[in-house]
Amino acid sequence: MISANLSAVFYLISGILFILALRGLSSPDTSRQGNYFGIAGMIIAIVVSFLSVENFSTSLAYVIIFLIIGGTIGAFIAFKIPMTAMPELVAGFHSLVGLAAVFVAIAAFLNPEAFNLGDLGNIKLASLIEMSIGAAVGAITFSGSIIAFLKLRGLMSGSPITFSGQHLLNLILGLGIFVLIFYLCKTQSENIFWTVIAISFLVGILLIIPIGGADMPVVISMLNSYSGWAAAGIGFTLENTALIITGALVGSSGAILSYIMCKAMNRSFVSVILGGFGADNSSGNTKEKKDQKPVKNGNAEDAAFLMKNASSVIIVPGYGMAVAQAQHALREMVDKLKKNDIKVTYAIHPVAGRMPGHMNVLLAEANVPYDEVFELEDINNDFANSDVAFVIGANDVTNPVAKTDPKSPIFGMPVLDVEKCKSVLFVKRSLSPGYAGIDNELFYKDNTLMLFADAKKMTEDIVKNLD
Amino acid sequence: MEIDPFIFRLSIFILSIFIGYYVVWSVTPSLHTPLMSVTNAISSVIIVGAIIAALAGSLENTFNSSSIFGLLAIVLAAVNIFGGFLVTQRMLQMYKKKKAKK
Repeated sequence: MISANLSAVFYLISGILFILALRGLSSPDTSRQGNYFGIAGMIIAIVVSFLSVENFSTSLAYVIIFLIIGGTIGAFIAFKIPMTAMPELVAGFHSLVGLAAVFVAIAAFLNPEAFNLGDLGNIKLASLIEMSIGAAVGAITFSGSIIAFLKLRGLMSGSPITFSGQHLLNLILGLGIFVLIFYLCKTQSENIFWTVIAISFLVGILLIIPIGGADMPVVISMLNSYSGWAAAGIGFTLENTALIITGALVGSSGAILSYIMCKAMNRSFVSVILGGFGADNSSGNTKEKKDQKPVKNGNAEDAAFLMKNASSVIIVPGYGMAVAQAQHALREMVDKLKKNDIKVTYAIHPVAGRMPGHMNVLLAEANVPYDEVFELEDINNDFANSDVAFVIGANDVTNPVAKTDPKSPIFGMPVLDVEKCKSVLFVKRSLSPGYAGIDNELFYKDNTLMLFADAKKMTEDIVKNLD
Repeated sequence: MEIDPFIFRLSIFILSIFIGYYVVWSVTPSLHTPLMSVTNAISSVIIVGAIIAALAGSLENTFNSSSIFGLLAIVLAAVNIFGGFLVTQRMLQMYKKKKAKK
């Protein structure tokens, strides 16, 4: 057993290692080293937690067994999961952090002596507040992430679920949690503690169901942030520096990602949270779509011809590429083009895909060098000087309407200036509007050739035609 | 008059938010997915609370309701720790291969 001061120092070290882990992600070269720092920090924290317990009871064996069970499941998932499923994996992991926070809070509530927080029924006031906040945020993270997981996995419709009085209900429940925590502090009642947790589970569900599929990048980032705040709440309860530091880091990281995602969609955080986006717009649009404008329809042969005669091609990937798993075929196509001395780059919109950086990971998986992949602001001026834009699975992020029509729901959203290219190849399964529920003007431009097909199949056909 | 230790913890918390703010802004956008998976993994450091709770069972009473919740939390957090770090590693490895090929 080591002294409380010594273990506090070790927890501080592991907190610092976690900071270095995030710091490493500033460039791909230092990122792997960063990950090792993170692992080292975790090992230190776990070892110290074992050493800080006064007398090992027989439960030690069980602790190790449960650790191994969890670790094996985690390792199995990590190796098996396809890269296209990263968004739902991350959502699933968030739910586990949330539930773990709830369990730790319950454990601390039921046995406060183990954590030096007072006695059962007579817990220190500050600790009681901290643990109930930690438990409430953890419970919201858990049930919210489960809903996000179900939506991303397609087990639940991605369209928003709204009903009248929804926001009022959420507000009342939210205030109810605070009132209950107040009474919990007065009465130390176990039943109130359970009620707080139950209501928080409900709030988590209600918060996420009105948010549509296209807003998932914001939701995941937000839940990421929540899981951090839950950890911090528990950290205050347990008086543990490593947990407080980590909670703050994760909390601010998720908040920044949410901010970046909102900015990329030109939407306020509040409007995303209130949800309903994509539901009301799409209904109005189906009527409008009745008068079909002419589109130019092409096939793989035309596409191959166009690209072969180009000197520069910009690829614009989106969620459709992930769904069709087309990233490997795409890379093959690009290799062929490069052999013909055609310059190929990739343009990534911040909200392409279902989570921040989703497209980058898929392209990395397909062995695309990361220095050929550019973010919106770095490549947007290049479209005007390029011959072909190959849009695969993206839609709303290329819609010129965002720049021209102040009435459009996506007006003001930064978009890729795809239409400035000499010609645009648009791989899409149908003319249906994207998640924002609005028609894309790009479909009807003279220089746009629509390639109606599954993204993967079309790309493979183009590869054949490039020979 | 002595300062409440809570204030020290609050100071650590606030300063860490600032550190997080500056560190995360410097993360390159192409690594935002690994950022999420690694923050996921490190937030599972909550396992330390679970371990302390699980080990707190007395000799005659290995399992009390508190230690059972501790053990359950250990499983959840362990899934996250191993899953989170390994999947991050797997992703970051993919960013390396291309560099070597170039």
